[in-house]
Amino acid sequence: MQQIVNFIIRNKTFLLFLLLFSISILFTVQSHSYHKSKFINSANFLTGGVYNSINNISEYFSLKSQNEILAKENNRLKSILYNHKTKRDSSYIDSISFNTSYKFTTANIIKNSYNTVNNVLLVNKGSKNNIKQDFGVITDKGILGIIDQTSKNYATVLSVLNSESNISAQLKNSNQFGTLKWNGKNPKYTQLIDIPKNAILKKGDTIITSGRSSIFPKGVLIGTINDFNLDQSENSYIINIELFNDMTNIEHVYIIENVNLPEIKKLLNE
Amino acid sequence: MNNVISIHSVRFLVLVFFQVLIFNHINFYGYINPYPYILFIAFFPIRHNRILIITLSFLLGLSVDLFLDTGGIHAAACVFIAYVRPIILKFCFGTIYEHQNIKFDTVEFGSKLTYFTLLTVTHHFVLFSLEIFNISKIILVLQKTLFSSIFTILMCMIITIIFTRKNK
Repeated sequence: MQQIVNFIIRNKTFLLFLLLFSISILFTVQSHSYHKSKFINSANFLTGGVYNSINNISEYFSLKSQNEILAKENNRLKSILYNHKTKRDSSYIDSISFNTSYKFTTANIIKNSYNTVNNVLLVNKGSKNNIKQDFGVITDKGILGIIDQTSKNYATVLSVLNSESNISAQLKNSNQFGTLKWNGKNPKYTQLIDIPKNAILKKGDTIITSGRSSIFPKGVLIGTINDFNLDQSENSYIINIELFNDMTNIEHVYIIENVNLPEIKKLLNE
Repeated sequence: MNNVISIHSVRFLVLVFFQVLIFNHINFYGYINPYPYILFIAFFPIRHNRILIITLSFLLGLSVDLFLDTGGIHAAACVFIAYVRPIILKFCFGTIYEHQNIKFDTVEFGSKLTYFTLLTVTHHFVLFSLEIFNISKIILVLQKTLFSSIFTILMCMIITIIFTRKNK
């Protein structure tokens, strides 16, 4: 017993180092597994508050460009609205559109990140606004990520530029689907893997979400094919996709809630 | 003694805030960021015991991690350099370190540069290996380590030159 105590006293520095180092490694491993970074995330009172107050100042610098982006989106939506031929027929009763299955919430990005391998963003809406884990996040141009951790006022978003996020995506002109997985190199491009070999691909083809994960509705834009080649097993393609979103300049986003998600989950678990 | 504690607490807070609010948004060439917050560990007084510096480094790294959503990679890298710091000090300053009376303001430029270089490269290598966490991407780890180290060392030298007190 004496010797054990002596050993601990003699090596106390090394033992402390070992303890703290393994705690950090534990946190790191946790952050590398999907939806597990419970303790160390920026969606808390302190870090969220700091980022929010800084963003209150810095958002003025990009005000002009963000206004232009929003005006462009308005323009696009207006053109859809007024060019859409609605049937003003008395016999036509629209009973479907009341029963929407996707709810949208607007939010602002208060912390953007695109320089690491696992990028996490922070938005200024949280559980107070009924935001929960696994809600989708998009911008007007396309997909952005999935909600990870939430606090009362803030939520973290696993960006598409995160090697942990797997989003189901498909080709627009055929139904072959694969998984989006970023290789951590260039924030302008992401990779789509597991597209079967018999798919007909062309440079410039559009990639959309497949709606299989029931997080995103089907048809949210992702990007265009930049180049593609077969993977090591030569059975499926790895496609390099140029994202529609400029990930370095994002301010206004929409959080999507799939109202039917609990029902779908329940059905799948039975 | 009280003065020393307050200086280091202020330094801790200022470095963390500057790191997460300014230095992490430089994104030079897309992904190169300096991490000059390790100056806290570099300039920590040598005569204090090692238990204190390791614990403080852990807290420093963890607070940076908290802001950047990076799990525990900064904490791990900081604890690691805090632990190996005596070896690096011995290598860089030799006999002055043995007598335990280094004043960072007065040591010559060359050995200070070596000290920063070794500390930074060690820190960045641990940091990026844990961030990427994939042996097959070792080239990316080394590339990021190299470029970010150059930037960090430059930044550290500039900060030390600006904030050195000229008391002669």
